[in-house]
Amino acid sequence: MKKLFIFFLVIGSLFACNAPDSSTTTTTTSTDQSAPAGGQENVQDSLSAKDVVKVAMSSPDHTTLVAAVKQADLVSSLSNAGPFTVFAPTNAAFDKLPAGTVDGLMKADKKEDLQNILQYHVYVGVLKPEYLTDGQTLNMVNGDNVTLNVKDGKITLNGNVNVVTTIPASNGIIYVVDGVLLPPAKK
Amino acid sequence: MRNQLSFLIAGICITGLSFQGCKPKNSASAVNSDAASKVYVAPGKYDEFYNFVSGGFSGQMSVYGLPSGRLLRVVPIFSVDPEKGWGYSEETKPMLNTSHGFVPWDDQHHLDLSQTNGEIDGRWIFANANNTPRVARVDLTTFRTSEIIELPNSAGNHSSPFITENTEYVVAGTRFSVPPDDANGDVPINTYRKNFKGYISFISVGKEDGNMEIAFQLKCPGVNFDLSHAGKGKSHGWFFFTCYNSEQANTLLEVNASQRDKDFIMAVNWKKAEEYLKAGKGRKQSVRYAHNKYDEKTHTATSEIRTEVTVLDVAELKDIVYFMPCPKSPHGCDVDPTGEYIVGSGKLAALVPVFSFTKMLKAIEDKSYAGDYEGIPVLKYESVLHGEVKKPGLGPLHTEFDGRGNAYTTFFVSSEVVKWRISDLQILDRVPTYYSVGHLCIPGGDSRKPNGKYLIAYNKITKDRYLPTGPELAQSAQLYDISGDKMQLILDFPTIGEPHYAQAVEASKIRDKSVKFFKIEENMNKYVTKGEAESKVVRTGNRVDVYMTCIRSHFAPDNIEGVFAGDEVYFHVTNLEQDWDVPHGFAIKGADNGELLIMPGETQTLKWIAEKPGMFPFYCTDFCSALHQEMQGYIRISPAGSKVPLLFSTGKNMPAADTSAPVARK
Repeated sequence: MKKLFIFFLVIGSLFACNAPDSSTTTTTTSTDQSAPAGGQENVQDSLSAKDVVKVAMSSPDHTTLVAAVKQADLVSSLSNAGPFTVFAPTNAAFDKLPAGTVDGLMKADKKEDLQNILQYHVYVGVLKPEYLTDGQTLNMVNGDNVTLNVKDGKITLNGNVNVVTTIPASNGIIYVVDGVLLPPAKK
Repeated sequence: MRNQLSFLIAGICITGLSFQGCKPKNSASAVNSDAASKVYVAPGKYDEFYNFVSGGFSGQMSVYGLPSGRLLRVVPIFSVDPEKGWGYSEETKPMLNTSHGFVPWDDQHHLDLSQTNGEIDGRWIFANANNTPRVARVDLTTFRTSEIIELPNSAGNHSSPFITENTEYVVAGTRFSVPPDDANGDVPINTYRKNFKGYISFISVGKEDGNMEIAFQLKCPGVNFDLSHAGKGKSHGWFFFTCYNSEQANTLLEVNASQRDKDFIMAVNWKKAEEYLKAGKGRKQSVRYAHNKYDEKTHTATSEIRTEVTVLDVAELKDIVYFMPCPKSPHGCDVDPTGEYIVGSGKLAALVPVFSFTKMLKAIEDKSYAGDYEGIPVLKYESVLHGEVKKPGLGPLHTEFDGRGNAYTTFFVSSEVVKWRISDLQILDRVPTYYSVGHLCIPGGDSRKPNGKYLIAYNKITKDRYLPTGPELAQSAQLYDISGDKMQLILDFPTIGEPHYAQAVEASKIRDKSVKFFKIEENMNKYVTKGEAESKVVRTGNRVDVYMTCIRSHFAPDNIEGVFAGDEVYFHVTNLEQDWDVPHGFAIKGADNGELLIMPGETQTLKWIAEKPGMFPFYCTDFCSALHQEMQGYIRISPAGSKVPLLFSTGKNMPAADTSAPVARK
């Protein structure tokens, strides 16, 4: 036992004071730099079914909507697990707005207005066409309601916006619409 | 004792101060201030390594990221896991079948990643079950146990599941020698020497599919086989096993298995064994063992009972096996990256012997024998020895390698890792562990291509490291940066169960092959439902099969009526999602088993007995979406023999028009 302590004494004296930085000569980083930047919208996944954002991005008829979603910082939220029902106005639908409306909303100081309008197009939950009923109201993400009319299989929103088609997405469903839904004026 | 310790500490301080005028190295100053930044991994970045850690008495394997030490997943292997439905779903129950019937638990000690040309290839990881002897193969595209094979003639499968350098074989050596399965085991225990034998299994692994078969077993003398590692490079074709209890004690091994100065490392020439096998020298022995496989297309496991193995008797068939004397009760058996050096760590030895493969071949050629052990040649210690690491520490256990000519050995009693140079056996550095380290792991540290950036020590006792949690504290892993001359402690983290051996590998070898979901069109489960329109409930006598789907955020059907008390209900739940990381769960009130956790595109089945009349809700247990809490349903149970018709639906079972709603609608 005594030998053991002498042994420790010797080792102790040899190693009690290591030169402080002799072990930190490496400069390599501890994480893998090839991984993508953070954020649920940046996850590298070419195999899974596309989410509502990716579906919209792949549509040539929705470039205005996609630009607006980006400007409103809604890409990340809509890349979430959801599930969402998104009423997606076409480029032509935006073109029907008074001249300069879209350009005005795309300005930095109008971001809240843009967010309000876009969130008026999103409902949390998957509303398949067969679950929609005439006169049903939907409480949208921005807090306001949209009223549905279903007549002979034709779906109309707020009496003046028509559903053109539906597209399933991994995190919900997209209804392509021919007009932009405008939230009711604030009281 | 206390006085002596104080003297020791004082001595260290004095010598430290007097020589260099610096503070003594204690647990506080052992960690540099930049340790935390070395292990931080920012969002959007991945860890650099996967670390697969055995779960010991949990029976499972846990997967960590390095350097962050974050727990990524617990993969169920040998124990039921109600969290994942493993061993609870009808599809997975056969995976835990054995010749003893359904076995819900085991003790998982060692892991070995598959290799090609001595390098980790990232395809599979093998795991041993220590108690009811089995070897498992886990698929690293799904991180799911694909196959489990039981080992006959064995008890305590400890020196396992180590592989050869092209994964030709995974081995399994019995810790407990026992009478062979076809002999009468009902004999007096103190007839060990006469009746007990030690069996080593060589399990072949299919090159493409990984399918495991017991190619042959070696019938060896009755001793305790402890650990093993394959030869590599120049020693490819050989396998090395430590054995203790060469005294052949059958009681109080603590005393009676520590009598001899030296036990053995058993060197096995498995290429020679293959020749004998090919020449028909094996004996077909009648046995019973289970072979279980999980099919990723049917999402279902099957279990088959096998009845025969081929046994080669190493005392009769010369030149398969040689013994190298190794002091005392050797534990770790580790082969360096060149395949030349074999390190035996005697738990009770005061030195670490390093054997030379070249010298061993020469000794065999020269018949440099010290004698024989049950008819097997024992080579002379001096003629096979490269050298001894002198005064290395107390209680040597395991050694790994950094690929730069250095070895790292753990010492249980002195709670430290010691770095030494293989060529001249000089000690280069030592660091404390907190406390009583068992195994250690360097990425690729038992392969031909180690990545000597990190070393992880797996500790048994953590007393003052972690906040008290009652009588037992978590075991720990400690991460050291070994890229420089000196080892530097940079992190520790608690583990699942007790960690024994572990493996680590560059993430790039596994990460991009990971399966994101199962294609629903390829789902061949007998009870799959490939769309909501196909969901249904089918009654056959008192068996009710519910063909159910789930997708964000509902089940179909979610209202079921016309099921009666005493019915056996099978919920076959198909997850229709085709999106990464969106499993759904399924649980129902009163179920006497676990939940289901259904991966995207998969079908899993929960058996549930409708015990008594009433209303039984079921719901999704895995938070899947913003409307996860809406993802639920009801099954109505009526008394046996009642006339309630079988009904099932989603979104249609609305209140009748004349029913007044309890709350007025807007």
